[in-house]
Amino acid sequence: MYPDEPYRKRNDPEAGKIIAERIQGIAESLGREINIMEVCGTHTVSLRQAGIHSLLPDNINLISGPGCPVCVTPGSYIDNAVGLVESGEAVVASFGDMLKVPDSKGKALSAYMGTGKVRTVYSPTELSEIVRETDKPVVFLGIGFETTIPGIASVFLKEHAQKTKNLYLYCAFKTVPQALKVLLSEKPRYIDGFLLPGHVSVIIGRKAYLFLESEEGVPGAIAGFEPVDMLLGIYSILLNISRKENRVENVYSRAVREEGNPKAREIMEELLKPVDALWRGLGVIPVSGMGLKREYKEMDAESVFGLSELTNKEPPGCLCSEVIQGKAKPPDCSLFNDGCTPEAPIGPCMVSFEGTCSAYLRYGDVKV
Amino acid sequence: MKDYIKLEHGSGGALSRKLLDSVVYPFFKSSIYKELSDSASLSLSRDILFTTDTYVVDPPFFPGGDIGKLAVFGTCNDLAVAGGKPEYLSVGLILEEGLSITDLQKVLSSLSNAAEEADVLVVTGDTKVVPRGKGGEIFINTSGIGEREFPHSLSPLNIVEGDSVVVTGPIGAHGISVLAARERLGVGGGVVSDCAFLYPLCRALFSLGDSLRFMRDATRGGVAAILNETIADTEKGMEVWEEAFPIDEDVASVAEILGLNILEVANEGVIVAVVSGDRAEEACHLLKEYPLGRKASVVGRVTEEYRGKVILKTRIGGRRFLDFPRGLLLPRIC
Repeated sequence: MYPDEPYRKRNDPEAGKIIAERIQGIAESLGREINIMEVCGTHTVSLRQAGIHSLLPDNINLISGPGCPVCVTPGSYIDNAVGLVESGEAVVASFGDMLKVPDSKGKALSAYMGTGKVRTVYSPTELSEIVRETDKPVVFLGIGFETTIPGIASVFLKEHAQKTKNLYLYCAFKTVPQALKVLLSEKPRYIDGFLLPGHVSVIIGRKAYLFLESEEGVPGAIAGFEPVDMLLGIYSILLNISRKENRVENVYSRAVREEGNPKAREIMEELLKPVDALWRGLGVIPVSGMGLKREYKEMDAESVFGLSELTNKEPPGCLCSEVIQGKAKPPDCSLFNDGCTPEAPIGPCMVSFEGTCSAYLRYGDVKV
Repeated sequence: MKDYIKLEHGSGGALSRKLLDSVVYPFFKSSIYKELSDSASLSLSRDILFTTDTYVVDPPFFPGGDIGKLAVFGTCNDLAVAGGKPEYLSVGLILEEGLSITDLQKVLSSLSNAAEEADVLVVTGDTKVVPRGKGGEIFINTSGIGEREFPHSLSPLNIVEGDSVVVTGPIGAHGISVLAARERLGVGGGVVSDCAFLYPLCRALFSLGDSLRFMRDATRGGVAAILNETIADTEKGMEVWEEAFPIDEDVASVAEILGLNILEVANEGVIVAVVSGDRAEEACHLLKEYPLGRKASVVGRVTEEYRGKVILKTRIGGRRFLDFPRGLLLPRIC
């Protein structure tokens, strides 16, 4: 039984302090370095905001994984999106974070804000209005994980049914489980446990990670985003390690079900199919992305506009690809806070609010 | 008089004159400054403090205040936290074509009431009109002159290790109320701006003498920005305690729903003061004599570690930097 029950009061600082003490105890008994990777950008930020790093013993390291959607999108994807705008072929619509990422020439889509050539959307449902305001083709930048995909899919299905002719999807969607496998295939293995993403797991459920238990032998914990949630997740991973067990715990049971949300998955699987995907930093991972099914090909921006195939090319000096895999810490990068800042970012880990470098710079690595 | 501001109202001709005579002057004429001429002659006996600030808040009316009240108190507060008693103001109005005269009158009435509360005289002014679409209904610039009342220096350079950081009241209300009004958010939950005249609180702190090291009103960027500005260029560090900040639960819950860090949200009625550690309790006691200072609290201390940085001790006992707010700041909040 995992220790969720006594700590139902999520925001209770006292509960947090008790769990932190237990983590101290268990870390001492383990007596070796333990690397726990968080695979969700929201965790990366929330952990730093709550100062969780400072509460952990020296031998417990939190390392940030490929969990920020903007950060795992290859730079050439931005090049293609900027190209679409510059050639005037299409209006590009996107969530805000993506607009700030510089392309390989240092130009970001945000340079076109206010011209009507680039549109920011907060919710994919706004696309329905945008396509009706213009005769031009509208290309939506489809990035994100299982959390965001169903909402986008539902809009595209609706517009397809209504025979909308000027809406296109540029797919760079990613799915989490396969990326974990790739990270674990690295020898020697440098990850002892995963703090698993709360929001993504709402959709895919605990069962999507059962391969960690059965095939990989690595424990994990699905956690929410309150300080107590995250501490509890870390604690239950350590508990598993100390007991030599590899369970995938769900300490976010108030939101995450074993089966996830089958309805949401159905919507996304109606429009999209699993495809191989190129991840920034990780390269091509088989069946780790989602692309449009054949019957929706006429909405596929990549084929309609003949966009060039994605490649991974990093800005000179940028260590984002290492940072995304948790192999380098932000200060290891020579550009960190010295040429690359949230105000003038070079790499995606500094662009996104959820990026590892941005969170590190804002909240630091402070010891108690 | 037409119901809306027209470009001709700013032409300097007959219609300008009419606007001033019938709408603007009635709110400001005093027995001393009868005609608000282009420049005013002032007599002052002590050192003077001089400041200017421009107000572009969107929307101009929000729960708990409007741009008129803000334009008076904001500028007066800048004088007060610098150790002065506000005395005189200039008022520059930039009106957008199409602004309703009724709205203009509401703003001027509120501006004039605020000036009366602050006991300052509006002694000169200017009115311009910009074409529709080129302004934000109404912008106001006020410059203020005050007489130095606090004889000691107020500077971050006075800060020494062991000093305490005091926050005079609950944080975040102004930013939340303006944002809720602007975005017509249903979640505003009746949050009212804390827009207030802070000189009385400052005067209370003046009695601490040179134990009062420095103070600022925590406007744009919230207390996070002000704490950082206070310590950034010194040889000291600062530690603040998340749970010690005076918080109004209603404001905190709206901030949470909006995904805003309440420490980064603008205030218009909150001072951050650094005082000698041994007089921090006394400072809070002095502040608590005033309704605005009822929740005054010691929120942190000045340290020797992490120079130039603010460390936040979180509710669960973790520690991290409290940085200058970065990225998505709220535009046109004051």
